[in-house]
Amino acid sequence: MPYPRRPAVRRAIIAVPFLAALLVAMRLNRGPDQALGDAAHPGFVLRDETSAAGIHFVHHRPTFDPKIANIEPHVAALGASVSVADFDGDGRPDLYFTNSRFGEANALYHNRGDGTFEEVAASAGLADLNKPGEGVAMGAVWGDFDNDGREDVLVYRYGYLALFRNVDGHHFEDVTEKAGLRRWVNSNGAIWLDYDRDGLLDLYVTAYFRSDIDLWHLATTKIMHNSFEFATNGGKNLLFHNLGGGKFEDVTDKMGVGSTRWSLAAASADFNGDGWPDIYLANDYGPEELYLNQQGHGFVLTTAGLESESKSGMAVALGDAFNRGRLDAFVTNISERGYLFQNNNLRLNEMAQSHRFRNVAEGAIADAGWAWGAQFGDLNNDGANELFVANGFISADRNKDYWYAMSKIAGANGRLFEDAATWPSFGNASLSGYEPSRVYINRGVAGWVDVAKKVGATDLYDGRAVALADLSSRGAVDVIVANQNQPAVLYRDYPDTNNHWIAFKLVGTRSNRSAIGAEVVLETGNLRQRRVIDGGSGFASQNDRRLHFGLGAHEWVDRVVIYWPSGTQQVVLRPAIDRFVTITEPER
Amino acid sequence: MSDAVRAESTDRNLVTRWWGRANTIDPRYLIAFLITLVLVAAQLRYHMLGSYDRLVVALGVCVATEALLSWFDRGKVINLLSAYISGISLTLLVKPQGGALWPFAVGGFLAISSKYVLRYRDNHLWNPTNFAVAALLLLAPDRVSVLSHQFGNDLTTNLVIWIFGLIIAARVGVLHITLTYVASFLLLNSVRALALGQPVLPEIAPITGPMYQLFVFFMITDPRTIVRGKRRQIVVAVVIAVMEALIRFASDKGWPLPTAFNVAPAFLALALVGPVAKWLDLHRRANFP
Repeated sequence: MPYPRRPAVRRAIIAVPFLAALLVAMRLNRGPDQALGDAAHPGFVLRDETSAAGIHFVHHRPTFDPKIANIEPHVAALGASVSVADFDGDGRPDLYFTNSRFGEANALYHNRGDGTFEEVAASAGLADLNKPGEGVAMGAVWGDFDNDGREDVLVYRYGYLALFRNVDGHHFEDVTEKAGLRRWVNSNGAIWLDYDRDGLLDLYVTAYFRSDIDLWHLATTKIMHNSFEFATNGGKNLLFHNLGGGKFEDVTDKMGVGSTRWSLAAASADFNGDGWPDIYLANDYGPEELYLNQQGHGFVLTTAGLESESKSGMAVALGDAFNRGRLDAFVTNISERGYLFQNNNLRLNEMAQSHRFRNVAEGAIADAGWAWGAQFGDLNNDGANELFVANGFISADRNKDYWYAMSKIAGANGRLFEDAATWPSFGNASLSGYEPSRVYINRGVAGWVDVAKKVGATDLYDGRAVALADLSSRGAVDVIVANQNQPAVLYRDYPDTNNHWIAFKLVGTRSNRSAIGAEVVLETGNLRQRRVIDGGSGFASQNDRRLHFGLGAHEWVDRVVIYWPSGTQQVVLRPAIDRFVTITEPER
Repeated sequence: MSDAVRAESTDRNLVTRWWGRANTIDPRYLIAFLITLVLVAAQLRYHMLGSYDRLVVALGVCVATEALLSWFDRGKVINLLSAYISGISLTLLVKPQGGALWPFAVGGFLAISSKYVLRYRDNHLWNPTNFAVAALLLLAPDRVSVLSHQFGNDLTTNLVIWIFGLIIAARVGVLHITLTYVASFLLLNSVRALALGQPVLPEIAPITGPMYQLFVFFMITDPRTIVRGKRRQIVVAVVIAVMEALIRFASDKGWPLPTAFNVAPAFLALALVGPVAKWLDLHRRANFP
């Protein structure tokens, strides 16, 4: 028989752990004490040098048919993008920002090489792309689709795709019609990849709203998703095969990659190590998708553990999170304290062992607010990747919050919120606005620690696209953020100078000239890291073609293995460090 | 008698026999069956658990706490079905930041121990899951949220759960509570929407969501925490709906309430009204037996 016999005493005893549990909940609400690991010494600072660099780009959001005025801030909350390419071949990365309102110009910033930029979009023919009847720009990806040694660019829009051929390094020619790409796609993303390894860059375009929807002339207000978790009524993604001679062919159905989930971002790499580039999708209102390439003859949608968590995928960044020599995926999602914890995913690539990705996001890295673009990069050159995450959705009236209204609609039946007209009016409310960016440093077993404030990434803009580039070719990874309806920001990276680095510029010969899809594995001592040249990654962004590796205290590199898109493997032994190394693909 | 008439008669007898047999089953088993059905459907169709370790932790803590505290308090381990229902409910309802498991452990302990601590005249006052979820939302809003839209926003799933829920609520004898609350919700929130000049549909839409399914079939109808007497039960259901409408009105106006009130107004309304009603009921019965 338990003791004591008097019920009041027994219950008083039980009340002690009961009260303790309440206190524990309050304590755990505060989270772990800061400075797990060594947040006090991140090893780099980021300085906002936007104005000093001469970058004055301000994004303007679109306006749409008044029939959806009640939720226009939500529908028009995308379009700020940034992509990096050396369009004039002078060896310095340039920047291209898209705008999203009729009459507002896109901006092409030419890197002068002295730390400043000049805006040349109008003279290049890449400024005036936001026009009634044509659509508004949502982003751009660069790639040398005709292998002439000059970077061309595809601009994707809520509207018609637009492909521009780089004529002479200074001027661009609209070749959309000629290429067979004049298609109306309400797109938020696209990537270049050579899926059939024929040496020509192919094009994968993600679609968000259905392609029969003209957001300025709506025939119906039933344009929204029909589920917050498993919506499949979005636009159909498209794959265009590069036939050569400047022509593309729609092979979406033939290749089996026409997802109609609400794809916001795509990234490509050889995830399963079979030598063929696969496609990874981050889908809004649905689970992520991985399409495995069947040696160029088609793709198979595989589950790979991605189906078990349906969230709101916003971006997919690829990087070697723990120096395992594999490309992992970081997918951003929505978290709003008290309302919703969808949590970001850091998916470790275990395709080689188990044909799966394993989500290991916990703690700080799981919750970056309403997170958008993200990129892996070694900002302190210590040999391990950091993660920069832009976030914040709609910053309007600080005293009005749409989350309560959102919570009403989110629990409803899909048929109800599929109709934009039934959504509560947004008015001037904020929705996860005024959120600071996150900069996570990797402290191994101590986890990822947010050092954004410490290193100086303190803006509260509604970040969308993040691109990384060594803008001054000095061994530092600068961060460029395109903000929605707000000014772009350039954070110059100043890493501690005691770490070494190396960067590679790859030139394809049998592979596409841009070397998009090439993967580089660097090995030195116990450091092993893989990077890929992306044809678009994160959200509405594309990084510097040149691959940057931090080396920490290592004073040499043992070897570098390049996996070219053509299938060629090339080994480079003991390259010189603290410099850019150009590697050209062997002809045979 | 023709074959067709005989077959129809046999069918009717089967239904009658099934219903009659159902009447002999402990209602808690029916409730346990329904919550298990919800869990299995949600996981198989929507992978909504996130991870099975949440289920293990919530169930394990609830069952272990019930076993330990009942032994300590009553000298014997009581039927653990109630703990099972609480464990499943918490697994479905609690949505933590990241992969945190502690909300399931702390929530499970709070749910069960509240039955032993927060008592009046040998009855517990709060529905255990309601208490735990409300406490977590109020005390740990930066780390814990609640189920919002994880059933796919799908009509078929909604219908299956509503049909089973209504049948079992009828069998358990609490259907009038469910229907009263739903009717009150629809009426009050329509009035609120009209009064505020807002469209009606978004205001009544939440009732179709999974959080409300769990609320109307498992929380507000909990046989151990409802008041006695059909009429009083109806009155309490209306008062809970009124309290919820008031909370929503405050949220509409942007009054500075804790986030928990915006996120789960129904849970908070029950957490506020339910124990008071139960206390009054127990008090009345003690003084006017």
